[in-house]
Amino acid sequence: MNELPVSEADLQAYADGRLPEERRSAVEAWLAARPEEAERVTAYRRLAHEVRAAYETMLSDPVPARLARAASPRPQWRRMAVAAGWVVLGIAIGAPVGWHVRPERTVTQLVPDNAVIARRAAIAHATYSPEVRHPVEVGADDEQHLIAWLSKRVGVKLRAPKLEEAGMSLVGGRLLPGDNGPVAQFMYQSQNGRRLTLYVRTEASRNRETAFRYARENNVGVFYWIDREVGYALASADLSKDELLRLANLVYKKLEP
Amino acid sequence: MDEAKRLVELIPRLRRYARALVGERSSADDLVQDTLERAWAKLHLYRRGTDLRAWLFTVMHNVHVNRVRATRSSDPLEEEMPELAQRGTQSDALLVRDLDRAVARLPADQRAVLLLVTLEEMSYEQVARTLGIPIGTVMSRLSRAREKLRAMMLGQSPSAKLTLVK
Repeated sequence: MNELPVSEADLQAYADGRLPEERRSAVEAWLAARPEEAERVTAYRRLAHEVRAAYETMLSDPVPARLARAASPRPQWRRMAVAAGWVVLGIAIGAPVGWHVRPERTVTQLVPDNAVIARRAAIAHATYSPEVRHPVEVGADDEQHLIAWLSKRVGVKLRAPKLEEAGMSLVGGRLLPGDNGPVAQFMYQSQNGRRLTLYVRTEASRNRETAFRYARENNVGVFYWIDREVGYALASADLSKDELLRLANLVYKKLEP
Repeated sequence: MDEAKRLVELIPRLRRYARALVGERSSADDLVQDTLERAWAKLHLYRRGTDLRAWLFTVMHNVHVNRVRATRSSDPLEEEMPELAQRGTQSDALLVRDLDRAVARLPADQRAVLLLVTLEEMSYEQVARTLGIPIGTVMSRLSRAREKLRAMMLGQSPSAKLTLVK
């Protein structure tokens, strides 16, 4: 009866999921009576999702050396390069010698293949773990859907291990572009806000198992391993190496068939 | 220095936005490079503790506007464009290509707003500050951008849709 007027700005904010609760219900009621408008808003949401997906590969694209250099102040650029770490020049894991004499190269060329997962996982961690409003695409409250969706896209049956006994609870997950197809990222968080991400991708060469390996990419620590057709990388910028190792063991145990 | 680290961390996001904004990878990286260089030159103007990302996107916006002005590149986006391929039979890759082209056809002002809201997930207030426009303008540009994009992806021109409505 006493319908509040709904503005175009309300509809945009509604499409972006940014309306406060009470306003949202008002807009929903308004839309319920107007199927054409409802369809338009649905299309906006779908387009937003598609636009994000369309440009997502840029986030994991190796940063060209010229940009890495531009991000460093000229006068003390060497010192800064050390501080700025992997993106600047690409410190190869296992081959850290000589990186500073070849500033022209991009990261990929220096990193051995099996360490790429660690770098990708670290980049993904550095990109999404600081997010306050949108750390994940699908939240843990919809875990079933999250697992089903990511399993389908990544192409293997995934599980998000329960890490409550280590004080980490699942925040949710998202789909990322990877070198050999889509990759899943699960995000966990402790009560005091420390974050951990589990990066899961399929491996091209099957029937391979590796021990845990550790890499430190900038300020992100990563334990990574391959278990048959699946590669895992557990990353955190907030945990010590020992804490991360304990969690990696727990994850490994929980993922045992 | 913390800013240096953050700056490096933000490069992938700057590149994503620039790529969507200018439509082509190497000019996008040129824009990012100019932005980073300018950011270093102007770092003393950045207030510590405030949002470095927002500041950096403001720098990028200003650099972009100056570049467009300098090259006097006419905005090709207001021109009539042929329709995009029909939906339905498209693969994901085609959808991405069509979307990219549709985004490129948006008027530059509207495109910037749409991308900051959609890709960077900035609040409307942040977008207003970043682009130096009133929030009402943010909302109207967002609305127009989305409607154009929707129409293009439906394979019909937005102006045709408008004449229908009026």
